[in-house]
Amino acid sequence: MLGLEALDLARFQFAFTVSFHIIFPAFSIGLASYLMVLEGLWLKTGKEVYHNLYRFWIRIFAVAFGLGVVSGVVMAYEFGTNWSGFAEKAGDITGVLLTYEVLTAFFLEAGFLGIMLFGESRVSKRLHFFATCMVAIGTLISATWILASNSWMQTPAGFEIIDGRFEPVSWLQIIFNPSFPYRLLHMVLAAFISVSFLVGGVGGYHLLRDRTDPAARKMFSMAMWMAVVALPIQIMVGDAHGLNTLEHQPAKLAAMEGYWGPQPGETGVPLTLFGMPDMDSATTHYALEVPNVASLYLTHSLHGEIRGLKSFPRDEWPDVPLVFWSFRIMVGLGVAMLGMGVLGLFLRWRHKLYESRWFHRLTVYTLPAGFIALVAGWVTTEGGRQPWVIYGLMRTVDAASPLHVGSVAASLSGFVVVYAIIFGIGVYYITKLVRMEPMGAIPEGGPGHERQPKRPFSAVEHDLDDTEERHS
Amino acid sequence: MSFEFDLPVIWLFLIGFAIAMYVVMDGFSLGVGILFPFVKPDDHRDVMMNSVAPVWDGNQTWMILGGAGLYGAFPLAYAVYLPAMYLPLILMVLALIFRGIAFEFRFKSTRSRPFFDAVFSGGSMIATFSQGVVLGGIIQGVNVVDRQYSGGAFDWLSPFSMFTGLALVLGYGLLGASWLIVKTEGGLQRRFYYLARPFAILLAVAMAVVSIWTPLANSRIFDIWFTMPNMLWLAVMPILFLLLVYSIIKGIIERHERLIFVKSIALFVLGLVGLVISFFPLIIPPSITVWEAASSSKSQSFLIVGYCVLIPVIMAYTFYSYRVFRGKVRIGEGYHH
Ligand code: HDD
Ligand code: HEM
Ligand code: HEM
Repeated sequence: MLGLEALDLARFQFAFTVSFHIIFPAFSIGLASYLMVLEGLWLKTGKEVYHNLYRFWIRIFAVAFGLGVVSGVVMAYEFGTNWSGFAEKAGDITGVLLTYEVLTAFFLEAGFLGIMLFGESRVSKRLHFFATCMVAIGTLISATWILASNSWMQTPAGFEIIDGRFEPVSWLQIIFNPSFPYRLLHMVLAAFISVSFLVGGVGGYHLLRDRTDPAARKMFSMAMWMAVVALPIQIMVGDAHGLNTLEHQPAKLAAMEGYWGPQPGETGVPLTLFGMPDMDSATTHYALEVPNVASLYLTHSLHGEIRGLKSFPRDEWPDVPLVFWSFRIMVGLGVAMLGMGVLGLFLRWRHKLYESRWFHRLTVYTLPAGFIALVAGWVTTEGGRQPWVIYGLMRTVDAASPLHVGSVAASLSGFVVVYAIIFGIGVYYITKLVRMEPMGAIPEGGPGHERQPKRPFSAVEHDLDDTEERHS
Repeated sequence: MSFEFDLPVIWLFLIGFAIAMYVVMDGFSLGVGILFPFVKPDDHRDVMMNSVAPVWDGNQTWMILGGAGLYGAFPLAYAVYLPAMYLPLILMVLALIFRGIAFEFRFKSTRSRPFFDAVFSGGSMIATFSQGVVLGGIIQGVNVVDRQYSGGAFDWLSPFSMFTGLALVLGYGLLGASWLIVKTEGGLQRRFYYLARPFAILLAVAMAVVSIWTPLANSRIFDIWFTMPNMLWLAVMPILFLLLVYSIIKGIIERHERLIFVKSIALFVLGLVGLVISFFPLIIPPSITVWEAASSSKSQSFLIVGYCVLIPVIMAYTFYSYRVFRGKVRIGEGYHH
């Protein structure tokens, strides 16, 4: 029999490995599209600044992509190693979706990545651009399939249960399940936002060093446009996503809102800004509430009611504080990032975008904000789905593999140690790469160009270990 | 309907194809890492890594296809084998992590190069060894009760699985050496000719041992190979094996640059065919067949459409990418960034 500890460890391991993984695909999804835009603009306008930026970011992309691939391989096996109950019962659906992801996305990315990274001197400019586009499109296709799979687990549709196994009835309904469009859009936008804050932060850093650097100005400006366009859309999509959750996963939504049920004499659901949800007493201590506001955005009427947690059986509650807090972190950061975007727009209008050092410094501090919001969003989504793996149909307990505590403890420690090491090395090198002057050492010439040296980056090839001295 | 009846069999071959592609393609990439300890100079190691740097990710993707395909087409097999092989599989993915990041980081540093050399080579060896152990563990058989793995955490551990682990290291080593013969020239190439010979001989011995050990340890497999009409036509297998080994060694001595690689691949394919003969139609011996482990025909038929359309496309652009990077890799030329 499976002890509870093995299950807990397996859950922690999954949460840890997938949270680690998601950071890098988000990085790659956003950055691949950015690189596609940069190379496209370079080919169209012929301006060297775009090419320099391409050269600058592609090396960072290579590192992030590599980390995404190695951590992704772990994920593909973890469904079987740790969640064999789930794999056996739902493999007819989720296994098929994952295989389509491999066929349509992973091969595409991997097949053209080599040309994108190493092929500049071996293929024509157009072909090189084509390879960049294929990689960028591959990352988006990848997100589509995996989110179809995850959304199906959240809001299952198009299946029948035969002998306890989930079998497909309609693939269209499986893929386009009720929460899929919202989740896909929200995730892709999240990746774009995360990368725009990354690019903005790096641009801000270089502006602090040299305000006239054309590449720093260009990336800073592009990032600020992206932020101010994407965030309002993201907030609207997030709101629509929440309504969808209200309809399909009401217990999760109640946990996100920290709403236990109507107080005596109260009509309407308050917006709880902060507080300490306490599952034992089913109340939120020190709650800071604004009456009726949640009713307004959830039901579009001041006194509309939603189901509180108390109306669900106690064993169907998710971990309320986890969901409540992670949701607030995501939304809080979303609003803060919107604020930054608007501020950027204002400074641009006053022609101070490149002059305001305090603002550049601010962008450096907020560089990881998007990634933090993104992971917080996933913790909300996945934590809020508990105790179910397939919402309302299959419990996480029944999904687990028959493993011994010792095995899972060993693998978990292995992952923690190894990820700490590679994350450390990855961050170390990305930091070094980010510090190189975008307009400086990168050689001129383009894909397939005559001026192109044999080793595209030989000018900056001198080892990164020594750049510390150059820049400090 | 006969089509539905046969779908699981077709799927078995499609997954076998993905695994064969993986073994051959990542086999030589991992082999490059296995050969690292035998080649010391830094610029020679650069050449070795450069010969696979643009393609290793695509090569590894065949493994994900094999795993995901098993998950989608035979969920039961996926759900039994993965927990049964838990520890060696975890070790494999951890080792693959190190192997993979070494590609990115080795070229980006000089001071820590020896460190990343060790990471690359150690990762390749451990990943290969674990794959061989998993293979051995599967041949040995696993306990299943109620569509779930019911054995212990160390059931896979046995002299046999340790031996298949070592055998695979030798096998990938041979693939790596014959790949590097194609991609290098001059003194470095001679080095790989020189290395290929012991790897080929040891691998041949190891394969022979596994082929004898397996039926001796397993009466079901013994019956397949050593009962009468079967035995006659199955005798083709050892004959082909001997011919291949002979011509590989001859090729190494006579320096047939490309043919050695092709024949080493053939040797691997032969081994895989032998496995299929020993197993078919079981997917989890002794009792679960491909039909019992198959996902619903709706899943298998939906997937097969994509598979048959996309695999040729994938092979086409993979082939194109290999063409872009064709030719010898020279010292100092590296197309790394
Ligand atoms: C940069 C990242 C980012 C930002 C700024 C936001 N989100 Fe988000 N959110 C995500 C990143 C994210 C995510 C990580 O991508 C999730 C997890 C699953 C998904 O598809 O998106 C998510 C999930 C998610 C869910 C789904 C929970 C569920 O039912 O499963 C809701 C209701 C919201 N978000 C709502 C919002 C609102 C109202 C925001 C307004 C500021 C917001 N998000 C900003
Ligand atoms: C990529 C970003 C993701 C993050 C950060 C994330 C996070 C988490 C967390 C925190 C848990 C544990 C929940 C708990 O125990 O309270 C979990 C569980 C799980 N998630 Fe996700 N998840 C992500 C994506 C996905 C996707 C795309 C899938 C499926 C295709 C998925 C499938 C699962 C499964 C099977 C479990 C294990 C069972 C469980 O504990 O619910 N996750 N995830
Ligand atoms: C929302 C969650 C996820 C998204 C958006 C996502 C997206 C991606 C992307 C874009 C890549 C390409 C590598 C990169 O760009 O860094 C990737 C790699 C990978 N992902 Fe994820 N992923 C998610 C979660 C998962 C989960 C839950 C699994 C487990 C089944 C998984 C399995 C893989 C594998 C096997 C790879 C390596 C593929 C390769 O070799 O190219 N991913 N993922």
